[in-house]
Amino acid sequence: MFEESALNARNKKIQLLWRTLFLVMTLLLILPVLVILGTLIAKGGSVISMEFLFTYPTDGMTAGGIFPALFGTVWLVSLALLISVPLGVAAAIYLSEYAGENWFSRLINLAIINLAGVPSIVHALFGVGAFVVFFGFGTSILAASLTLAIMTLPVVIVATKESLDAVPLAFREACWNMGATRWQTIRKVVLPNAISGILTGVILEVSRTTGETAPIMFTGAAFFLPFLPESVFDQTMAMSLHLFVVATQVPGVPDALPYGVALVLVSMVLIMNSISIGFRVYLRGQKKW
Amino acid sequence: MSDKPVNTNTSEAPENGEHQFAIDTQNLDLWYGTFQALFDVNLKIRQGMITSMIGPSGCGKSTYLRSVNRINERLGYVRINGNINVFGNNIYDPAVELVQIRKEIGMVFQRPNPLPASIRDNVLFGHRIHNKHMKTNKAEEEEIVENALRTVLLWDKVKDNLNRKATQLSLEEQQKLCIARLLPVKPKILLMDEPCSALDPKGTAAVEELIWELRGEYTILIVTHNMAQARRASEECIFMLMGKVMEHTATEDLFVTPAKKETADYIEGRFG
Ligand SMILES: Nc1ncnc2c1ncn2[C@@H]1O[C@H](COP(=O)(O)OP(=O)(O)OP(=O)(O)O)[C@@H](O)[C@H]1O
Ligand SMILES: [Mg+2]
Repeated sequence: MFEESALNARNKKIQLLWRTLFLVMTLLLILPVLVILGTLIAKGGSVISMEFLFTYPTDGMTAGGIFPALFGTVWLVSLALLISVPLGVAAAIYLSEYAGENWFSRLINLAIINLAGVPSIVHALFGVGAFVVFFGFGTSILAASLTLAIMTLPVVIVATKESLDAVPLAFREACWNMGATRWQTIRKVVLPNAISGILTGVILEVSRTTGETAPIMFTGAAFFLPFLPESVFDQTMAMSLHLFVVATQVPGVPDALPYGVALVLVSMVLIMNSISIGFRVYLRGQKKW
Repeated sequence: MSDKPVNTNTSEAPENGEHQFAIDTQNLDLWYGTFQALFDVNLKIRQGMITSMIGPSGCGKSTYLRSVNRINERLGYVRINGNINVFGNNIYDPAVELVQIRKEIGMVFQRPNPLPASIRDNVLFGHRIHNKHMKTNKAEEEEIVENALRTVLLWDKVKDNLNRKATQLSLEEQQKLCIARLLPVKPKILLMDEPCSALDPKGTAAVEELIWELRGEYTILIVTHNMAQARRASEECIFMLMGKVMEHTATEDLFVTPAKKETADYIEGRFG
């Protein structure tokens, strides 16, 4: 009575077909990543060394290291996050914990979604108009970081909002019913439970910001500077722009150099993504409800 | 049959001072948007007693409970007419501080909702938020935790690992903990909305026993779908139907000699 019927066999075959199809799609997805990494390592791996990371470019950027660019990127990204994370987290807390469902919060949510969809070159032009010219910061780290901050803001807000919304309402109700204020509830219960998600979102944002070229190109990043920036009002070199420059703008660059720069850039991003994923896994193991 | 609720308990003379009634509800109407959920509710809940509330699903039991500690207003579309006096003070007076209401009136939910923190922190949560500037020391906190957990008959089970996550306890233990964490701020009234409906029979019996222990010190208003529970674990009983109070009297009387036909039908399982 438990033998396989013809219909069972047919259904099984169909299910196998779909399963295989999905597997192939998945593998296709990984392929570009592997090819990119493979190419970078094969062609640029040879130039990577401590010296490459920590010395200045020489010979009209056709030789030497990438230190000022590396240093500049760390500067730009840190400052951008220093601005966008507090702002974004605060806005997200307001939107999901305080604001009710009304036309005002809907309008803000709409604005955030649209801000997230603005192309980075438009952010760049906005940055030039607002920070470089209007506020008079000139082309500087400050102007570039502010531009990056504006660009990352919607993503920080959305990631934070999602983590806050993932905290069950029952926890909040428990607090309110004991007479806790909104803020006491947020500080003692909601934030501690949402912090892992928020941090993950922020780290992912770091990796995305690291690779951005357009927003910093006109607002604060320089082709070549033989010295490190001393304040936020100086210009700086940056990894993404440096890659663009050595790959397309400078004649006589040895083939391996751009690949080497790209490899460092991609590694930075991958390392940060891995940290973020590891972090998420760790914290998910920690919390149980 | 008249539409007036039968209220046999209100005619008795006051026995113990002016606040014989912990909750005195006067002509309470409540709307969710345009839908009226409570109709002219008049209820006097006796102090220090366990009063149970029964009635078919959707008759407004939870709605009434949630108006007594004013959490319904969180929904922007709730509108209320009438008064609820708690120990003689109208809680819908604009001058009333919500936090003080919540302190005096604790609530226990259908699903146990311990916070995702240690057992100790759960018990101390309310105490800590209400005592910001009165520094309490470690020893004092330990005493508070022990007292609260002893009261809910949980101390012996958890005293050795108070740092354990509350969310890992069994449902019965979680529900007891949810009651325990209300006690350190010394509420006078406990509202319980089907506190046993997520528990197995053994857990139900245990929590019921605990609720019975708490009477006298606390005024307890408990919603239940379990007729047997209402009968054995409450002193007065309220029967509600379609947003109206049908009958409110001593539990034994309500079950043995219901004054209204609807009550009789309901307790005999003819509808609901
Ligand atoms: N948030 C709400 N918004 C709109 N209507 C609601 C809301 N909560 C309850 N109601 C309605 O009010 C009426 C009373 O609901 P309530 O939850 O008080 O009933 P209940 O007696 O507690 O029922 P149950 O036994 O199922 O818990 C129901 O008709 C319900 O649909
Ligand atoms: Mg209910």
